[in-house]
Amino acid sequence: MKKKILLKNGIVVDPFNNIKEKLDVLIEGNIIRKVAKNITDSNAELNDVSNNYIFPGLIDMHVHLREPGREDQEKISTGTRSAAMGGITSVVCMPNTNPVIDTQASVKLIQHIAENEGIVKVFCTGSITKGRKGEELTEIGDLKSIGVVAITDDGSSVMNANIMRRALEYSKMFDLPVVSHCEDLNLTKDGVANEGYYSMICGFRGIPNASEDVVVSRDIILSKLSKGHLHIAHVSTGGAVKLINEAKKEGVTVTAEATPHHLFLNDEKLSIFDSNYKMKPPLRAENDRKEVVRGLKNGIIDCIVSDHAPHTIFEKEQEFDLTPFGIIGLETTVPLVFTNLVHKKIILVEDVIKKMTINPAKILRLDIKGIKEGEPADITVVDPELEAVYKKEDCASKSINSPFFGMKLKGYPVMTIVEGKMIMKDRRLLV
Amino acid sequence: MGLGIKHLLDLRSLQKEQIEEILDTAVIFKKYFSSSREKLDFLKNVSVTNLFFEPSTRTRMSFEIAAKRLGADVVNVSVSTSSIVKGETLLDTIKTILSMNVDLIVMRHSSSGAPHFLSQRVNASFVNAGDGYHSHPTQGLLDIFTMKEKLGKIKGLNVTIIGDITHSRVARSNIWGLKKLGANVRVAGPSTLIPKDLEALGVKVFYDVDEALDDTDVVNILRIQLERQKETLLPSLREYNRLYGVDEKRPVFTKRKILVMHPGPMNRGVEISDSIADSEMAVINEQVTNGIAVRMAVLYLLKGNGNLNKLKEELQ
Repeated sequence: MKKKILLKNGIVVDPFNNIKEKLDVLIEGNIIRKVAKNITDSNAELNDVSNNYIFPGLIDMHVHLREPGREDQEKISTGTRSAAMGGITSVVCMPNTNPVIDTQASVKLIQHIAENEGIVKVFCTGSITKGRKGEELTEIGDLKSIGVVAITDDGSSVMNANIMRRALEYSKMFDLPVVSHCEDLNLTKDGVANEGYYSMICGFRGIPNASEDVVVSRDIILSKLSKGHLHIAHVSTGGAVKLINEAKKEGVTVTAEATPHHLFLNDEKLSIFDSNYKMKPPLRAENDRKEVVRGLKNGIIDCIVSDHAPHTIFEKEQEFDLTPFGIIGLETTVPLVFTNLVHKKIILVEDVIKKMTINPAKILRLDIKGIKEGEPADITVVDPELEAVYKKEDCASKSINSPFFGMKLKGYPVMTIVEGKMIMKDRRLLV
Repeated sequence: MGLGIKHLLDLRSLQKEQIEEILDTAVIFKKYFSSSREKLDFLKNVSVTNLFFEPSTRTRMSFEIAAKRLGADVVNVSVSTSSIVKGETLLDTIKTILSMNVDLIVMRHSSSGAPHFLSQRVNASFVNAGDGYHSHPTQGLLDIFTMKEKLGKIKGLNVTIIGDITHSRVARSNIWGLKKLGANVRVAGPSTLIPKDLEALGVKVFYDVDEALDDTDVVNILRIQLERQKETLLPSLREYNRLYGVDEKRPVFTKRKILVMHPGPMNRGVEISDSIADSEMAVINEQVTNGIAVRMAVLYLLKGNGNLNKLKEELQ
């Protein structure tokens, strides 16, 4: 007999099926058997989830798993465990590994490792250009046929506008979104922090907002020309939000994402010279942060992603100039979103959860139908009232480069279920 | 009394009273050594390492002399002899040095915030001898000391800093120190070399150097780096000299004398002319002399278990 799990008395919030209702969910084997009120089944493992939310499994479409190449920072096994702790059932991994994910062979390698060692679903992206060098297109059709869900040179911008144009044009044939890390490298130069008041007093070389806005603007124009689907990665400026808003109004096929650090942190913390506040794009000024939140609230920004970017301790424990960009985030997205958006009543829970379920699913053309009978049982349960300090000891990632340690957050995932298998329960990994 | 701090990392985090205590302490040291060569022993058995990751002549020498006059044991480590080239991290380099029982590290480093980073991680006192574009507190203090010595006060003085403000730790240190003591600070320089947010520090920005100099009491002229030309921040040093170079033809000099300062090393013929650098208005060499007294004051207050009143009793 297949194993049965019964989730009782939870509030199902499912944007795929427009549900927000107190319902029970019965899982049998790897599928959802029944969604209804007052289900009883004496053969099922009973889980009382009163006052908790039951969401379709959350999707994080911007994650660096670092394997192959930098297994000292993260592995697929550890990165997916970190995802499980964060209530994420599907991660989309970025291709800036070593070797770069630019051929079927490298995609297969990741799929193989993910199948054997991963505990959540891993979707691959392929690079736009060979070796992420920005010079020649990869075999995008080939990549699509092996299962990549998007193409991106994430970590660097495709600086040649003609190549970006062709990437958007060519990928359209395969219905693949092009995820653009928008950054003019000439404007960024050797900048390490947002150009503004705080970089001035700290003596940091600045990265102006324009570095992002110029390329967002360019790519929107190219998307208009090519009719390809442009997805703007990690939006950090008010200018980018405005450009995306205008493009959407014009009917350009553009979508966008933002990270919790750009939503909830600003560049004020630069003055403590802590490299856990160094990332790309950089943390911006408070008014930009507010605009990004507003963009998320108004639907201009479609998704919340972690941009989980693990780095070793010795890499981060250096002079600010030398330390690499990026922080981990798989485990903090949900508690940060609940603490800063849901509890503060800035965005309703049913709206914010779209940004981590149906929106990324649509952008990536994933065949997901939510919490529905007969569908795969990918489910995240969140206790909105669970309050706890985020601690290094609890972190499942191989790296600990996060500015959020020591922060008291409210609203943590308490169950992560992938294909009917409970992999995290009560803040503990079960696999 | 006493500074009540373990490190001197920047002037931004100091209170007005702390800056004044350092300046007043420096006055006593300057006076003492103007008539004596006899070493003091306030830092007897204190081990000081001058750790310079960037080339420096005057600052390194100045710290060395200051520490030796206070009786400290001084070791100088410069980048050419360090392990950095061998791939060691900065933190490991510092831990290695501290394993040799060093009490105080005077450090210059090209990365902004490097001494702040280290001071949060190891148990030693740090004196910042310049970090990236961020801070050079003892230079700021010696500049202010010199202004006060020559003009009798800081409050209400009009001080103009000319040059590349964006890439200048000297400018930042001058601005913080001078503002805290009540001076009116203005800067003049090309718009490409002045941070957009500078006015938020209460500094007035001029692109016309003569306008800035019009009623100024002090001009502090910064060194302009040749590399700014390569970075497209300046078309040429020739044009810089024409627009911002301080020479005797500036209208202000036809009206009156002003105090001329430069942190050195000077590019004669670029930011300053021979006629100004060698004029009686210039106090550039006195700045160097004052640097020793100011650094003695800093080392004494941080590591000599002393304070201004105690020093007065001992030396006067």
